[in-house]
Amino acid sequence: MTAPAIELKGISKAFGPVQANKDISIRVMPGTIHGIIGENGAGKSTLMSILYGFYKADAGEVFISGNRTEIPDSQAAIAAGIGMVFQHFKLVENFTVLENIILGAEDGALLRPSLAKARKSLLELEQEYDLKVDPDAVIEEIGVGMQQRVEILKALYRQANILILDEPTGVLTPAEADQLFRILGRLKDEGKTIILITHKLREIMDITDTVSVMRRGEMTATVKTSETSPEHLAELMVGRKVLLRVDKTPAQPGNVVLDVQNLRVRDEQGVERLKGIDLQVRAGEILGIAGVAGNGQSELLEVLGGYATGTGTITLNGQPIDLTGKNSDGRSRRANGIAHVPEDRQREGLIMDFSAWENTAFGYHHDPRYASGILMNNAAIKADTQEKMDRFDVRPPHPHLAAKNFSGGNQQKIVLAREIERNPDLLLVGQPTRGVDIGAIEFIHQQIVALRDQGKAVLLVSVELEEILGLADRVAVMFDGQIMGTRAATDTDEKELGLLMAGVTA
Amino acid sequence: MDFLTLIQILDSSVRLATPLLLACLAGLFSERAGIFDIGLEGKMLAAAMFSAATAAITGNVWLGLLAGIGASMFLSIIHGLASITFRGNQLISGVAINFLAAGITVLVAQDWFSQGGRTPQLSGAGRFEGFDLPFADSLGSVPIFGPTYSELVSGHSILVYIAFLAVPATWYVLFRTRFGLRLRAVGENPAAVDTAGVSVVGLRYAAVAICGVLCGIAGAYLATALQAGFVKDMTAGRGFIALAALIFAKWRPWSALWTCLLFGFLQAIALRFQNIDLGVITVPVQLMDALPYILVVVILAGVGGKAIPPRAGGEPYVKER
Amino acid sequence: MDVMPKWAEVILVPLISLILAAILSALVILAIGEDPVAAVRLMITGALGSTYGWGYTLYYATNFMFTGLAVAIAFHAGLFNIGGEGQAMLGGLGVALVCLFIPWPHWSMALIAAVVGSAVFGALWAAIPAYLQASRGSHIVITTIMFNFIAAAVLNYMLVNVLRPAGSMDPATARFDEAVHLPSLHEMLAPIGINFSKAAPANVSLVVALIACVLVWLLIWRTPLGLEIRSFGKSHRAARYAGIGAVRITMIAMLLSGGLAGMMAINNVMGEAERLVLNAVEGAGFIGIAVALMGRSHPFGVFLAAILFGFLYQGGAELALWTSIPRELIVVIQALVILFTGALDNMVRMPLERMFLAMRRRPNVQAGE
Repeated sequence: MTAPAIELKGISKAFGPVQANKDISIRVMPGTIHGIIGENGAGKSTLMSILYGFYKADAGEVFISGNRTEIPDSQAAIAAGIGMVFQHFKLVENFTVLENIILGAEDGALLRPSLAKARKSLLELEQEYDLKVDPDAVIEEIGVGMQQRVEILKALYRQANILILDEPTGVLTPAEADQLFRILGRLKDEGKTIILITHKLREIMDITDTVSVMRRGEMTATVKTSETSPEHLAELMVGRKVLLRVDKTPAQPGNVVLDVQNLRVRDEQGVERLKGIDLQVRAGEILGIAGVAGNGQSELLEVLGGYATGTGTITLNGQPIDLTGKNSDGRSRRANGIAHVPEDRQREGLIMDFSAWENTAFGYHHDPRYASGILMNNAAIKADTQEKMDRFDVRPPHPHLAAKNFSGGNQQKIVLAREIERNPDLLLVGQPTRGVDIGAIEFIHQQIVALRDQGKAVLLVSVELEEILGLADRVAVMFDGQIMGTRAATDTDEKELGLLMAGVTA
Repeated sequence: MDFLTLIQILDSSVRLATPLLLACLAGLFSERAGIFDIGLEGKMLAAAMFSAATAAITGNVWLGLLAGIGASMFLSIIHGLASITFRGNQLISGVAINFLAAGITVLVAQDWFSQGGRTPQLSGAGRFEGFDLPFADSLGSVPIFGPTYSELVSGHSILVYIAFLAVPATWYVLFRTRFGLRLRAVGENPAAVDTAGVSVVGLRYAAVAICGVLCGIAGAYLATALQAGFVKDMTAGRGFIALAALIFAKWRPWSALWTCLLFGFLQAIALRFQNIDLGVITVPVQLMDALPYILVVVILAGVGGKAIPPRAGGEPYVKER
Repeated sequence: MDVMPKWAEVILVPLISLILAAILSALVILAIGEDPVAAVRLMITGALGSTYGWGYTLYYATNFMFTGLAVAIAFHAGLFNIGGEGQAMLGGLGVALVCLFIPWPHWSMALIAAVVGSAVFGALWAAIPAYLQASRGSHIVITTIMFNFIAAAVLNYMLVNVLRPAGSMDPATARFDEAVHLPSLHEMLAPIGINFSKAAPANVSLVVALIACVLVWLLIWRTPLGLEIRSFGKSHRAARYAGIGAVRITMIAMLLSGGLAGMMAINNVMGEAERLVLNAVEGAGFIGIAVALMGRSHPFGVFLAAILFGFLYQGGAELALWTSIPRELIVVIQALVILFTGALDNMVRMPLERMFLAMRRRPNVQAGE
């Protein structure tokens, strides 16, 4: 019997008071693709970072091809034949592809011979695995799909036999993802062992041979992919039956609340990120924006939320909204009746070091209810925060606690309470349940639907297709700064939306 | 202005540019590796004091140079500890180092020599004397080229030549060697270096150490070659002019050379002429003194292309959670 | 997660940093052959043992309160203003112009005008770096350093070529008129029967500094603008989301910072020297950095740290007078305080955090990434 390519025994790791990995054991046979699936925060990335020597485990052993191996740092991992493609690429942006590939794996003290050798190997790898890249291109000038190839080539150049990929499809279109999976299949055929970390069930079912499920730092099961089902895996992931559909009645759309015509936005480099967006959101409906991350959804929220400028016309209840100038900032938007739950609550929606009550006033700190004269009325803010925390079941319900001390779900509830209770005409919501525990997801979805049922307009951006399909009444798909098409949520499915997300119009 | 005056001013520019150049290259290594260093001034000052003191005591300027490098390295290690090991604020650490040097140099000089915080006047083997390049005398009579060679190129102390040779050496190390590739990478994206199996901490300490050595030479040059001994606060802002030059040169070695020569030239003019009468207006000496600083502000304002520092500069490297 | 309780964060960490700085300073004193215990005793009697000593201690502390508040306000906005020195120099120029060229009937009116003049000049000097940071992203640390040097050149030019009285060789302005003389603590306390030293320079500016501490506290912790400044300092993206303008906050914070640094001039220029000299600031702008770090950017902390540094300055002067320890010892202590409370903060903090963690470890353990 052959030894497993990788065997982990009893791995544990804590970050401060947080136990990220608890007594984890796993075996992966050579020449297979093994999936590790789990929710955000389940400890998948931590486990793989330990295997790659990026973190040091508190306890446990690693065996590579049956031999016990110490992996104190990435150097040791590389020497043991492990390569890793991180979710956020580890490339030097202003270096060329070739320079990135040899970095840390140079031959000798001078660059010239190393570069020449790498150029030759790159050609061989290109032919062997069908991985084509321009060795002299500068990283910041090539697309993410290409950058990911460079990461894979980096690992192969270092003679990796075991390749770990952490959420590799997060930034890819479905077509790019398919291409990646073809490459992975090719690598497997050549005898490489691949570990694929993801939270997407479909990817697991499509490509893996075996799959392990992680939940809250523990490994709950390891099964053969052919002997399981998505429903079963989902249950293992979250620990109980999940409601994939949100309970809601059909929408009763009213007048157009938000009307966007020919909206264009350029980024700091002058690249056009929104290329003429037209959309409407009516009172009493949720419009979901689907798309692969980075296709302009964030820019759309930013410009509607008042922190990016653009051209075009936007009206709210028929009144024009400024897109540039001093009345185009977040404060003006709030005054106009637009509330915004931003995509990145930890860096935008909240100030993590501030108390919950300060965060409750954040953005609305000029509200006369919160201020008496030029001074803020802290007592009033605290009382209001306490009420909101009780209504939204924020735990623990302590207004004085700093935002960073709440769990992801409770942080989101603090933001949501602040924005929803403003009784806005339009609510912008970005990634409402990213990094939020299952229990809180249901609550958050219910609150959004409740707002809709009060006759408010909701614009929802999410990269989770399932969430979009469950929550939205209509779905618009964005690709490359444009809207590829809009469908009623009941008339479409993941397959059709997936094609649109890849820029394919039927 | 006659030709000889010009040659003399240029000669003086070279001498004044030398400490700027050494300190500028020192900063270049550090900042290219992602460690901001506003403590160049302090390191130079400490090196100036300890080199002059050691040279005065031993009568050997080479021992003085070593002591100067040692003192500068000591401060570099503190900076490394603060900004690499303990991931502190690099700017605050730099400020602290400048004050530490300003205080300790006077304290020690006073304790050792009791001359009001100075070191004794250096002479003979206690100083770096200028030395003549081959044929300096015989070529002196050739018109134009002769005086240029014998007055401007020849006759400097060995440290001047070291400083100028350090420019191509820095370029070569940075852009043609493995060490340079890794150094530049760690200043741009330390995570890339870390995951490639190379020690971020090691590289950054190496860069900070090189910075210490170069600042040490710069300080020793000030006290044992340009001047003949240490006096309180003798760096007089040169560390900051070097920093200014580094930004002006956009963190590139050859540009650093030209910038430091320009700033040295400005200093030489200010030294020689005091107020400059241009006929229409008189340029006050204070304007000449302030010119390098003003130029940097103009550059930082984005006139003539943006000065973009290494991307990971100033940020301690923490593995993401 | 908060690992340490708040009291440890606010009191224990700075205290340990201070003790470390003190131990190293004692070693330095030992190394130059003096007795640290005797030195401390001398410093205490010299700085706190008489109203004369207190008068100097409080005089220095007044300077440091202004510059410390200046650095602290900028810190709250996430900006590092190293330009306090230059801003205080320009503040001196503002005070000198106000005092020299307007015939004031009473010191109180002159003081108000001088506060405005110094604050405006200081703020203007901070305005250019602030604007460049806000609109061009030019690193404010570098530009404020450059502006310190440019300020020195400007002041030098003004004193040598413009403000120097005819016939004087000294690069300084003429003495201010008697009418703008600020009451010293001696003059203020005499009516209520306290006999305070006549020779000490502490003056009514101390009261202005204390008022400034209170106002800054109100501004930072009790007003919407304070919330905006703190938000911007913590997260630019969050501030942008909330509609808090980056340019506006950077400008406001730096103008306030520069204004406070400039206001120091009412103490040293108007209250003490009664004329403007070249090196009037004497490094107080830089000490503001140590004071703000030590005081954790809180006005009350700044107040305490300013008194501490006032004590060190006066005590250090006494040491230099009676022992062979030069005044530069204070510069070393200042450097060590900046090093330990600022740059090596983690060195002090990490073992403490580990300790508190170990203490709480036993109960609840939760999962996460």
